[in-house]
Amino acid sequence: MASTTQPVEKRSIASRIGMVLLYIALGIVAVFQIYPLIWLFIFSLKTNTEVFGNSPFALPEDPRWENYVRAWTDGNIDMYFFNSVWITAVSVIATVLLASFATFAITRMNWKLSKPVLGLFMIGLMVPIHSAIIPLFSFYNDMGLINHPLSLIITYTAFNLPITIMILLGFYITLPREIEEAAVMDGASIHRMFFQITLPMTSPVIATTAIINMIYNWNEFVFVNTFISSDKWKTLTVGINNFVGQYLTDWGAIGATLIISIVPILIAFLILSDRIVEGIAAGSVKG
Amino acid sequence: MKKVMSNKLVIALYVLPALFLITAVIYGPMILTGYYGLMDWTGIGEMTFIGLDNYKELIVDARFWDSAWHSLLLAIFSTLSLAVYLTISLILAGNIKGSNLLRKIYLIPMLMSSVAIAQLWIKIYDPNNGMLNSVLKMFGVENPPAWLADPKYVLAAIIIAILWQYAGFYIIIYYAALKGVPTELEEAAKIDGATPLQIAYKIKVPLIAGVIKVTIVLAIVGSLKYFDLIYVMTGGGPNGSSEVIASYMYKKAFDTYQFGYGSAVAFFLLIITLVVTWITRKFTADDEEVQY
Repeated sequence: MASTTQPVEKRSIASRIGMVLLYIALGIVAVFQIYPLIWLFIFSLKTNTEVFGNSPFALPEDPRWENYVRAWTDGNIDMYFFNSVWITAVSVIATVLLASFATFAITRMNWKLSKPVLGLFMIGLMVPIHSAIIPLFSFYNDMGLINHPLSLIITYTAFNLPITIMILLGFYITLPREIEEAAVMDGASIHRMFFQITLPMTSPVIATTAIINMIYNWNEFVFVNTFISSDKWKTLTVGINNFVGQYLTDWGAIGATLIISIVPILIAFLILSDRIVEGIAAGSVKG
Repeated sequence: MKKVMSNKLVIALYVLPALFLITAVIYGPMILTGYYGLMDWTGIGEMTFIGLDNYKELIVDARFWDSAWHSLLLAIFSTLSLAVYLTISLILAGNIKGSNLLRKIYLIPMLMSSVAIAQLWIKIYDPNNGMLNSVLKMFGVENPPAWLADPKYVLAAIIIAILWQYAGFYIIIYYAALKGVPTELEEAAKIDGATPLQIAYKIKVPLIAGVIKVTIVLAIVGSLKYFDLIYVMTGGGPNGSSEVIASYMYKKAFDTYQFGYGSAVAFFLLIITLVVTWITRKFTADDEEVQY
């Protein structure tokens, strides 16, 4: 009896030490990932004297919330913020709707070309935006869409279709067809079925794709930087980049601007973190 | 039922808008990029057909090959870092309390825009007041380098910021895959006396080989076309020492208005992306349908 319990006890001490080491390792990674943001938040509340004079780890003596006010009003951040909100929203709705239509036709309807068409959507995942951007620029230029938000909405919608269809597809395939079939038996038209049955049934995955799309669009930089040069239609990414370029030495205002640009996504993350995590996992693995 | 679900008109109505959009915005321009690559063109006005001259220039363009080398280095380090993320995920997927919270903390940088990340890291690397040099000075380093202005360090500094950005992304993917591994196998191995380390690397890792393969493709291809953060942090400088293929292409087209040459670089980037995807998949194939 004694001879069997001893090794077990020994092992449990060893494994306890092992666990502590593992937690320390995980904790170090967590600090590495989160601390730069905490540092950013701290200096966003400091004056320049504090930033330049005191230790970077010191807390602000008197939190300068006016840095945020200055960034918001002086730097046009309010305008960029509003542009980001509505351009993101319109593109997300367009992408999710068009992708739902296409996924429905590909998974539910019977036609010979459904496989090749699906393949065409999936190949789009691999195309680097840089290999399309010059012709797109020239096309929008000819159409008078340079400096027009439509150029962004069209581009975002198209480039997000492949990933959105891929995530939707996984869900549609697992969804039973019986309810939809019953609706058709009852004489519902196919459009009514799509809008009143399929869309509501797929709402969980629609939420996932919407949030993933939202993050992509909100953070997009290259297209705005290329297609939009007038302040009026710039979104937050390019806007803050210009702002930082102008206020190079005003650390407080720069920090505040960056925090403002992150906060909406962080709030979405706090509310919908499981969906985001699930969407990121689903969106990447199935390819 | 069958008849309703094979109505050609409805199918067209549902598929064509999306299909039209990706053709017009992704595939059409992609092909046009190859075509523009054969032109001498400033973006406005007439194009002149010059055949393969742009590509001939590309082959002897030392700056381009420097940028390609930097892209390759980024791809190598991104791929190597996957081993670290896999290890972290293996630990997390064991019975770790708080793994849910940790995963989410790891992911937060991934939610930020590259611009915000770039601006944040510019401040971290600031020679005088940055976080990094303040720490180094605290430890008694006399003259810490000006990281982003020093050709020796700039690429490494950028790569670290990029790893920071993507760590959570890969951890999430691996974690999800590991949670999908049937627990029976682990139980059986435990009964047979396998150590946690053996279970992790001999049972779990082979079982998610398919996912690892996908992440390798993602890391390599993502690195080759990487742009935003570098463009914002250094613009490829100082003196080209952090230039990558995409930033070089962007400069050629939109800063110096060599649209033809820029297109050739972009088309080259597309070809490498597709070839590398194909090779990586080929190389890592076969062992995908392991056991279960």
